[in-house]
Amino acid sequence: MEFIIFLIIFPFILSLFLLIPSEKLRNVLVRVGSGIIIGTVIIFAFFYLNKSPMYFHLEIGKILDKILFGSEFIIGIIILAICIKHKKFLPSLFIILHLIIMTYYEINYAHEVKVDSYLYFDQFSIIMALIIGIIGTLVCVYAIGYMKDYHNHHKEVKDRSNFFFFILFAFLSAMFGVVFSNDIHWMHFFWEITTYCSFILIGYSKTEEATKNAFHALNLNMLGGLVFSIGFIYLFANYHTIELNKIIALKGTIALLPIALICFAGIVKSAQFPFSSWLLGAMVAPTPTSALLHSSTMVKAGVFLLIKFSPLLQNTVTGYMIAIIGGLTFLFAAFIAISQKNAKKVLAYSTISNLGLIVACAGIGSYETVWAAIFLIIFHAIAKSLLFISVGVVEHKIGSKDIEDMDNLMTRLPQTTIFIVIGISGMFIAPFGMLISKWAALEAFVNVHSIISPILILIISYGGAVTIFFWTKWLGKIISINNVEQSKMPVGKEMDFDQWISLFVHGVLTVLTCVAFPLISMFAIEPYIHSIYNSSHGLGRSNVIIMIIMVMLIILLPLILMTLQKRKQFHQKEVYMGGRNVDTFLKFEGSMGVKKELNNKNYYLEKYFNEKKINDLGIWLSLVAIIIMLVGIK
Amino acid sequence: MNLNDIILAIEKNKISLIVALVYIIFAPIIGGLLAGIDRIITARMQNRVGPPLLQPFYDVFKLFSKKTMWINRFQGPFVFCHLIFMICTGALFFEGRDILLIIFMLSVASIFFILAAYCTSSPFSIIGAERELLLIMAYEPMILIMLVGFYKVVGSFKFYEIILSGKHLILYLPGVFLGFLYVLTIKFRKSPFDLSYSHHAHQEITKGITTDLSAKSLAVIEISHWYENVFLFGLIFIFFSSFNWILAIIITLFVYFFEILIDNTYARVKWEWVLKSSWAVALIAGGGNIILLYLLNIK
Repeated sequence: MEFIIFLIIFPFILSLFLLIPSEKLRNVLVRVGSGIIIGTVIIFAFFYLNKSPMYFHLEIGKILDKILFGSEFIIGIIILAICIKHKKFLPSLFIILHLIIMTYYEINYAHEVKVDSYLYFDQFSIIMALIIGIIGTLVCVYAIGYMKDYHNHHKEVKDRSNFFFFILFAFLSAMFGVVFSNDIHWMHFFWEITTYCSFILIGYSKTEEATKNAFHALNLNMLGGLVFSIGFIYLFANYHTIELNKIIALKGTIALLPIALICFAGIVKSAQFPFSSWLLGAMVAPTPTSALLHSSTMVKAGVFLLIKFSPLLQNTVTGYMIAIIGGLTFLFAAFIAISQKNAKKVLAYSTISNLGLIVACAGIGSYETVWAAIFLIIFHAIAKSLLFISVGVVEHKIGSKDIEDMDNLMTRLPQTTIFIVIGISGMFIAPFGMLISKWAALEAFVNVHSIISPILILIISYGGAVTIFFWTKWLGKIISINNVEQSKMPVGKEMDFDQWISLFVHGVLTVLTCVAFPLISMFAIEPYIHSIYNSSHGLGRSNVIIMIIMVMLIILLPLILMTLQKRKQFHQKEVYMGGRNVDTFLKFEGSMGVKKELNNKNYYLEKYFNEKKINDLGIWLSLVAIIIMLVGIK
Repeated sequence: MNLNDIILAIEKNKISLIVALVYIIFAPIIGGLLAGIDRIITARMQNRVGPPLLQPFYDVFKLFSKKTMWINRFQGPFVFCHLIFMICTGALFFEGRDILLIIFMLSVASIFFILAAYCTSSPFSIIGAERELLLIMAYEPMILIMLVGFYKVVGSFKFYEIILSGKHLILYLPGVFLGFLYVLTIKFRKSPFDLSYSHHAHQEITKGITTDLSAKSLAVIEISHWYENVFLFGLIFIFFSSFNWILAIIITLFVYFFEILIDNTYARVKWEWVLKSSWAVALIAGGGNIILLYLLNIK
């Protein structure tokens, strides 16, 4: 229990110290604090991963309840003040409603509530803690170097980076709170904190666009939070419990409406259609924010909640509708990603798409799909975070985040490019994590006996194909080499040490989780699945062997071949350009003897995969699904 | 001898590894011979005599004897990885592993091929690579739907288990077979879908994805294409495996003949058409078939 309390409280205390206006002190604190958090989660996981879930009662729970309520009120009023200052009506309304509901709960129900265990942990929350504790803090370490660069590039933005770090660590603290709270009221409290933190982080630069998008994110997530609170008050009024484990134990007898309400909040937070727009708007923020929101925090809180409740969703209309929303999001976001040139937007749409798959798995709620969903969370968190932070480096170095400006990156920024290659491979190439999970999801969907099953199968078949397309063309772009460009290489080093160490650990983790995935499955995920479903899922042994061989092949083969090739002398020739090559590479003789430089561009198929059209279609279809989910419950 | 007996013997004696070895050794020979037959049949269809049967082998040997030119040092490793993964794909297939995993392996092989073209920065290669990607996007859904169809009927993703079930797959999955036949044209690199590179001499993007490959690297691509073809024959064979196995092989060869016929009677189409039509066929024929299986709950 000490571990849990430490993990929730320590980042918060640390964050307060970060407010001291001294850059040197701050950097040291961030590095040391991150080290402590990483060490703690690893020791925690080492000792408790193989233990059965534990639940803790707190003697001071009742008092903490009051303190939580008080701080909720104070924070609410601060945010309300910001909303009023910016003359935003809708979020102000949401916050006032939120405060009214919480007060209503406090007056009418709080005194009746008897909670046996406020906090808990099981294998799944330990996995989440590892993701938050390691990936989250690594992003913070990366931010040390990034924010310095950021303010050098953006002189117009006022340097509030101490405040930025304060919010980052408070965010981590809240995330630990979400994954360790057994009392849903507490979870809701931490849930709202993550909403506020992301609101502040998105609006960091205070430009018009950032402010607009920050409020948009606040609007949607406040709406989700409101529905969440109605859900758990409804639960308490009817079932007299707000404890997570007790609610899940009510499987089969519990009414689905409150569960659907809580899952609604999960869908908003995990940026599913029709609510995906807030996550895209969040791209205006500095890169560490995106990396954090997309990988280890925020959206992962949404899917965490859905997976927690997914045993209750199995074989229900609500569950099927959630699966449909997830499936649609998976497919449509992948479609849109094809037409995007902006690297960060490609990453954003791919996040939304992958979250869609996780949500679809959670909606089906069988033990196979939950297995696949947890794996997706792990692999996605690491690979996506790696991609974001390396794109952040590229953006500062080449001054653009357009994929079309990234040709020849392999010779311009070799280190960063290798990390991007690892990240992209992790996202979709065969033996790497994401694909294993997609494969498991497909196998799991086949076994569902409902008409929903062929629909999801079709969705995953098409979505998978589309995914290959948009990742490979990006991969191809960055590894295309043209010797002339070498002269244009930027001088100086690619990144500072903090950034490098963060990228490096991310890269190692991406590869390591792929190699060690049978162990992760055996020691962490299968016990969790077993404790809930009494039956467990794992990949067959023969498949595991093949996959390990594949991982080795795909990592080692190109490396070995390239080192062999390095020593060999070879006959170099120029590329074929109809015999009109001039000078060196990639210049050709045009008509009238004009020398022209060649520019290769990728396909974006905007006519067929138009962002707006597909977005609209996705929003309408998923709105229908959401209405059925909330209304069509038996 | 009955096919089932042979397969049972293979399963029982755990000699599937030997089958995989047989594939590794003989697939290029079979693939090369079929390519030779293809060229003769094609020639006859065009009122030509055509080359000798062994011409594809002569071509490859000649390519090996030539001096290889490289654009850069990444090209070679990528091409070689493509071959290795293609061989693994087929070998694991005939060894009786999960076909779903094998299809993912096939995509990895294709991705290496595409990267080999991308890394050159050459205009023709890159256009070829982009088109190859489009083709992958076009055929991949249908292949996955087909595997799900097998699984729905037989309850397994493994080659031998599917064959041993003795179910007349073609009767359960006519729509899926139709869809597969459609995308098979892409996989065999036959006109009208040979967008990324073609065996015919003339193409608007010269030799597309292979433009900047020469001598040995080109030979490697040719051999890996033979490996791929034999693997595809295995996939076609599955549909008819419940019949007498000689008949099944004859039908498989007939399907190949059919593809050659299509190759010679249709002109190359634009990528829009390939993508739209293969997706539509996969959705209507393949998806419709699967949905029917679920609705009727056929086991």
